[in-house]
Amino acid sequence: MTAVKTTKGLLGTKLGMTQVWDADNRLVPVTVVQITPNVVTQVRSEEKDGYTAVQIAYGVIDPRKVNKPSTGHFDKAGVTPRRHLTEVRTSDAAEYSLGQELAVDIFEAGQLVDVVGTSKGKGFAGVMKRHNFKGVSSSHGSHRNHRKPGSIGASSTPSRVFKGMRMAGRMGGERVTVQGLAVHSVDAEKGLLLVKGAVPGARGRIVFVRTAVKGA
Amino acid sequence: MHILDSVDAAHLKSDIPDFRPGDTVKVHVNIVEGSRSRIQVFQGVVIGRSGEGIRETFTVRKVSFQVGVERTFPVHSPIIDHIEIVTRGDVRRAKLYYLRELRGKKAKIKEKRDA
Repeated sequence: MTAVKTTKGLLGTKLGMTQVWDADNRLVPVTVVQITPNVVTQVRSEEKDGYTAVQIAYGVIDPRKVNKPSTGHFDKAGVTPRRHLTEVRTSDAAEYSLGQELAVDIFEAGQLVDVVGTSKGKGFAGVMKRHNFKGVSSSHGSHRNHRKPGSIGASSTPSRVFKGMRMAGRMGGERVTVQGLAVHSVDAEKGLLLVKGAVPGARGRIVFVRTAVKGA
Repeated sequence: MHILDSVDAAHLKSDIPDFRPGDTVKVHVNIVEGSRSRIQVFQGVVIGRSGEGIRETFTVRKVSFQVGVERTFPVHSPIIDHIEIVTRGDVRRAKLYYLRELRGKKAKIKEKRDA
């Protein structure tokens, strides 16, 4: 376990992309993330848990749908149950208190953030789409093998296909982190965060936004 | 994308005149040079509008020193000071890309006569 920086993170919903103009009249493509206030449900400490982190919860859920153990967990923090829980590793976890509300204004315009989301599922995809293989020539005698991978290994030595050989298969629907996106603006009133560039996942899906791990 | 209408609303302009492909327009463009800013006029025929909402753009074509020049502007771009309509054209297409192949008298657009 390395030294953990003071990271801030929030859960939100990706609303979609649009474009805005900045102060120099340049067009900026932005992704709009809606972040209604997250609540602190647990504070992890070095003595008790062996690491410092803050557990945050986000999203509405019908309290009748929450099972007893979870209800107890939320009751302990003194908050109504939420749909999603996550932990943010940070060295200043002790400064957070149970039930504290964290709004979108912990981020500021110009700051770099990382966004974690679940990418859109592509189903069973071939090697050209999944691994950016070049495929086979469209002419010059090629016959019915235009999108095939070609050779997947040598012959009698090794007499097998190596593990991890890139082939066709399920693509997308996995956790993806995009690092170093700039925050274009923060709308604290509406709870909107405008991030420059694209963010993984479909509209309406949950994303986790945290301060960038790399860069100044 | 109605969810994001409130985000787009901040940049939408309301003072855009009603113009369509075939119209000849003067686009007054704000140009910033260092600390000074001046207005440059780009006059030509609107050969198409594309997109909708905040993403809508229009293309203006003019022939300058026998060279065709086309410029595409976002309709709601803040660099556009204002748009002035010179003439209304009478055309039967939404996209007038055929003008690129024509020159001289054939590239002229009939003026719309008020009914």
